[in-house]
Amino acid sequence: MVLLGGAGCRRTSGPGSPAGGATTLENKGSDTIVNLALAWAERYQELHPEVRIAVTGGGSGTGIAALMNGTVDIANASRAIKEEELATARANGIEPHEFTIARDAIAVIVHPSNPVDTLTLQQISDIYSGKIDNWRDVGGEDRPIVRLSRETNSGTHVYFLEAVIRLGDADDDTLFSADTLLMPSSEGIGVEVRQNPNAIGYDGLGYVTEDMKTLAIGLSPDGPFWEPSVETVNAGQYPVARDLYMYTAGAPTDLIETYLAWIMSAEAQKIVLDLGFVPVEGTSDAP
Amino acid sequence: MRPEPNPAERPDEGTGKRLWDSVDPGNGRIKLERRPKAATLLETLIERAIQTTGISAVALVVLIFGFLIREGVPAFAEVPLGNLLSARWYPIEDYYGLLPLIAGSLIITVGAAIIALPLGVATAIFIAEIVPDWVREILKPLVEVLAGIPSVVIGFMGMLVITPFVRVALDIPTGLTAFTGMVLLAWMALPTVVSVVEDVLDTVPSSYRDAGLALGMTRWQTIARIVIPAGKSGILTALMLGVGRAIGETMTVMMVTGNAPRIPRHPFDIFQPARTMTATIAAEMGEVAQGSTHYHVLFAVGLTLFVITFVVNLAAASVVFRGTKRAERMLS
Repeated sequence: MVLLGGAGCRRTSGPGSPAGGATTLENKGSDTIVNLALAWAERYQELHPEVRIAVTGGGSGTGIAALMNGTVDIANASRAIKEEELATARANGIEPHEFTIARDAIAVIVHPSNPVDTLTLQQISDIYSGKIDNWRDVGGEDRPIVRLSRETNSGTHVYFLEAVIRLGDADDDTLFSADTLLMPSSEGIGVEVRQNPNAIGYDGLGYVTEDMKTLAIGLSPDGPFWEPSVETVNAGQYPVARDLYMYTAGAPTDLIETYLAWIMSAEAQKIVLDLGFVPVEGTSDAP
Repeated sequence: MRPEPNPAERPDEGTGKRLWDSVDPGNGRIKLERRPKAATLLETLIERAIQTTGISAVALVVLIFGFLIREGVPAFAEVPLGNLLSARWYPIEDYYGLLPLIAGSLIITVGAAIIALPLGVATAIFIAEIVPDWVREILKPLVEVLAGIPSVVIGFMGMLVITPFVRVALDIPTGLTAFTGMVLLAWMALPTVVSVVEDVLDTVPSSYRDAGLALGMTRWQTIARIVIPAGKSGILTALMLGVGRAIGETMTVMMVTGNAPRIPRHPFDIFQPARTMTATIAAEMGEVAQGSTHYHVLFAVGLTLFVITFVVNLAAASVVFRGTKRAERMLS
């Protein structure tokens, strides 16, 4: 089994070949997923000492590029692979296989004293693109809105731009308002939202703490509105949730297949919940 | 100035020979005598070592400049000038307007200088001219300790303490503004300004002060009309050094200025967020693909920053140089 796994790895990856008796799996990509991937890798190596899993971040694009170049066994991505990337991969003779390994809800957060409880996706888009400048216009107090975002290098920033500000329309070229404050860290957003009643921010559900308020989000002004939670995400109701993916070069074999199957197990999905992500239900999410 | 004993009149130890005796009457130069071989070798080695360190310091600057040019100049070929000079910085959608970043860095730096200069000069005058010696011995090291506080600590304090205070006190939408950055940078530049100005005031001959007081001027008049004008060039140097420190500062401004790339159009826009060149490089360099347009543009931003710092330092150096010449003239 181990030998076969090693052979399988050597075929798909140069640097990811067996080292010192143990087999090494190279796992690289999204920074959103990197902590989760590390936690999985640590637990899996305890269960299977003969396997080593090397996890690195660098961003979803970096991971997928490495998969196309054949230097990793598994690429992590917080977005689906793009058409161009798929074309490049096929040109290199690699057919990426996609696995949904967890879900991530993006919570829209405000100061606890903010009377606004619900916003529609359209309202959030208008706030962030600069069309709405005052909380009064969305049913709140007469206060200016201070928009907080992650820096442009964050995958969450890109997801929010595409799914919320542009409402999923690929031809839309609306941008963040130039007044949007770009915070270098999730903590930066948290500090400002906790102390500033004017602020609105967004972040992964795992980063939301008790002392900030999450808004319920709906698609139409008449409702319904959904709070971000494991249940609303899995029911497909909460609109600002995304899947997190792992990609393999070709159909996974041997060791990679075993590892991905373990990731779908109840034990591994429990780790997902512990880290503030939303576990995927069932084990048959692979395409 | 205290008269230095003329070195030429000091007898050479041991031999009792005077330095006069080794001067060549032909060209006025000092004749070098043969030294023991071992000493010559050691001296040559030491000379070479010092020479190497000196040259490597200069070479390093040249190399950094060369690297910045190599990585930054392609940006000007890859991005149309109209785009680089536009008002929008949003690199993931290929908007590479540098103006908001340059404007952000400049207003925050100038603002910090405007706040730091009067405070720094006043503190220096207080320490150098007014307080008794024992207070001075306590205050001086305290000011220097301020220079040792890591910028990330100042930034964190700014984020948690100054930012909410600025928002409430000035009644503005958010405390993450250019103004907050200015205040913190001024605070960080203060020790530099105070130390340099204090040293300069120290070199103003006490006979100047005595003359002023003897003419019936008050202590304040002496300080304001004699001591400060005499130390003017030093105060300018201090300002330049403070500015150099402020414009290169990264961590603090990244944490408190909100990083929104917008061009200020109104003096009150200092109470709005701003994004500096340094914060942009720090925030974006980590994720950018090597060799991409965005990568080259970030190096172009670095190049701009390097040129600005270089000009400021050059200006500071020329002021110091001019100052020495004037001092020499005065003493002769």
